[in-house]
Amino acid sequence: MTKNAEMINGAQAGLVPALSAAPFGALFGAVAISHGQSVFEAVMMSITIFAGASQLVGIELFGQRVAPWLIVLSVVAVNFRHVLYSAALTPVLAHFSLPRKMIAFFFMTDPQFAESLKRHEAGTPVTFAWYMGAAITIYGLWNVMTLIGALLGGFIQDPRALGLDVLLPIYFLSLVMGFRSRPNYLSIVAVSALASVLAYATVGSPWHVSCGALAGIALAAILPPKKATDTVSEVSSS
Amino acid sequence: MSDFTNDHMMLVILAAAAATYLTRIAGYLLLTVVSDIPPRAEAALNAIPPAVLTTLVAPAFYAGGIEAKIAIAAALAAGLRFSSPLPMIGVGWSVVMILRYFVIPS
Repeated sequence: MTKNAEMINGAQAGLVPALSAAPFGALFGAVAISHGQSVFEAVMMSITIFAGASQLVGIELFGQRVAPWLIVLSVVAVNFRHVLYSAALTPVLAHFSLPRKMIAFFFMTDPQFAESLKRHEAGTPVTFAWYMGAAITIYGLWNVMTLIGALLGGFIQDPRALGLDVLLPIYFLSLVMGFRSRPNYLSIVAVSALASVLAYATVGSPWHVSCGALAGIALAAILPPKKATDTVSEVSSS
Repeated sequence: MSDFTNDHMMLVILAAAAATYLTRIAGYLLLTVVSDIPPRAEAALNAIPPAVLTTLVAPAFYAGGIEAKIAIAAALAAGLRFSSPLPMIGVGWSVVMILRYFVIPS
């Protein structure tokens, strides 16, 4: 295949995930504005972070006036799966030059990872042109949808009247449920939930985030280790 | 905690962006240094995302009004059936809007 054909091929692979992420891009833009960010800040978050779930976590914590270091730490926590992805993609992208690898990793998202791995495992080489075709499609639409959501969000007077206040917790709940095949899932979630509510009711916000998370993580370390399920299958099924 | 000025907001965004980029190259970098992680450390690392995200759901359920509680519970039920975010959000949002406008008008 020529470079152009590879790129178009990649863009096609990226189109479905880009479209399915589109509503979340708009949701992010609108929620960012209703939490007091400017349109420029919301779009900058999408351009520079480019990781939807963590961007929404960041917005939620901005709204709660959490300490900056805790916001950055929470964003990292949600994006921690990237560490596993980049390790798994290393052999797939081994033939890229170092600068191209560094560019490619910036654009690595859940669908980018899943599509690349799928192509590699099917025996088709993942070329830089194909990879960037998919990446630019997903990245471009994500940023356009953020802008649209942010511009529309400016017209929202009362987020509660539109039911926007329940969207974030439900979205986060859907992410939590996405991890349900992980070892000791239910006990970790139960302990985190209990500890975060206790901290919320006693010490108060924002401490419920770190208290709740630490309780769940500590439990995971204490419980007898089990074999973790394959991350790849978890991603492609989501 | 005092309010963020715009400058601070931008700095936090850029710090989060830099940290996110680090997670994206970390696996590649680590692969050249570390070969295996102790099982308990791996279990703790695996628990980080669900543990953090749970703390954003449970207090919202606890502190939310009765209509928010019902909506989150309905979304949970939808999630058990469909396991993808959009139906969960659709169900939860519909429930909260119906309750707010038709059942418990404030």
